[in-house]
Amino acid sequence: MKIRIIACICLLLSALIYSCQSDSSIEFKQYYSAGALVYKSHCQNCHGIKGEGLAALIPPLTDTSALKKYQTKLPCIIQNGLKGKITVVGKDFDGTMPAAGLAPIEIAQVITYVGNSFGNKLGVVTGDDVGVALGKCN
Amino acid sequence: MLLLLSACKFNGDKKTLPIYGNRTPVTKTVNGQQVTDTVYQSIPAFKFVNQYGDSVGSKNLQHDIYVADFFFTTCPSICPIMQRNMLAVYNAYKDTADVKIISYTIDPKHDTVPILKKYADKLGISGNSWWFLLGDKETVYQLANNYLVGVSEDKTAPGGYMHQGYFVLIDKQQHVRGSYDGTDPKQVDQLITDIKTLKAEPVSK
Repeated sequence: MKIRIIACICLLLSALIYSCQSDSSIEFKQYYSAGALVYKSHCQNCHGIKGEGLAALIPPLTDTSALKKYQTKLPCIIQNGLKGKITVVGKDFDGTMPAAGLAPIEIAQVITYVGNSFGNKLGVVTGDDVGVALGKCN
Repeated sequence: MLLLLSACKFNGDKKTLPIYGNRTPVTKTVNGQQVTDTVYQSIPAFKFVNQYGDSVGSKNLQHDIYVADFFFTTCPSICPIMQRNMLAVYNAYKDTADVKIISYTIDPKHDTVPILKKYADKLGISGNSWWFLLGDKETVYQLANNYLVGVSEDKTAPGGYMHQGYFVLIDKQQHVRGSYDGTDPKQVDQLITDIKTLKAEPVSK
């Protein structure tokens, strides 16, 4: 009897954990796959199909530590564009990035895509995260 | 027509590239006999300034095969992908003396010599195998027609200019021998192959 109860609880727990995981993984997949399309149409021409950038003109998106460093600023950079110096993989870039003209949800999708492609593993960034960050843009 | 096609086919084993553009038959009298020859469209003479501030032009390209494109340094749309693909052409032929790349800016107001030099440096371009040329705007836009590339100023386009992303292959007689979509890596691979074919062509005319 005891064993059956324990087994039941275990099963329940594992089902709970499993369903939680798959919920977040479904969310991740939705953001990621939508982000891939946003990336292709708005970012890929300049940043490249593998996020490789272009020589010293356009920074690559393969530098996880730089992505982390600019993480809170990324939504603002994507929304408003960027002018002035930025340091990626130890190199300075001082070109101009145009504003992407994206909705907050698209910004979240593309950050999730970039943050988990090209060797990066930064997890999901949601539309709510982006909304909060956009409220703090300079 | 079929006969003509097959005649072309049996002309030789090696592939030859077509000559693009208008052609006009010209009849001349040679040694008292009427001879009709075909005159192909060619790139007219030009003289501009390159990224080093040197005055250069068609005279410097008389003995070269070259690839031409039209761009501007602040172009946010197709230029980065074009230059990424052109870098592949550059890397394949930078040590080949008679193959060059010519990129004409269509925004001469902004793209001054120092800006073109900085741009070339950032792309990692050195030496004289890839020139970024600055010239009078009207002349450059006219010249684009000769390369069969459409360019225009357009305030509604991203960056303020509209241009087609073709890479145009020019032979040593200034004829257009190929036109490739500079945004498509596959077509650019074809261009790299075609330059080899063109180089192997016997000198004629």
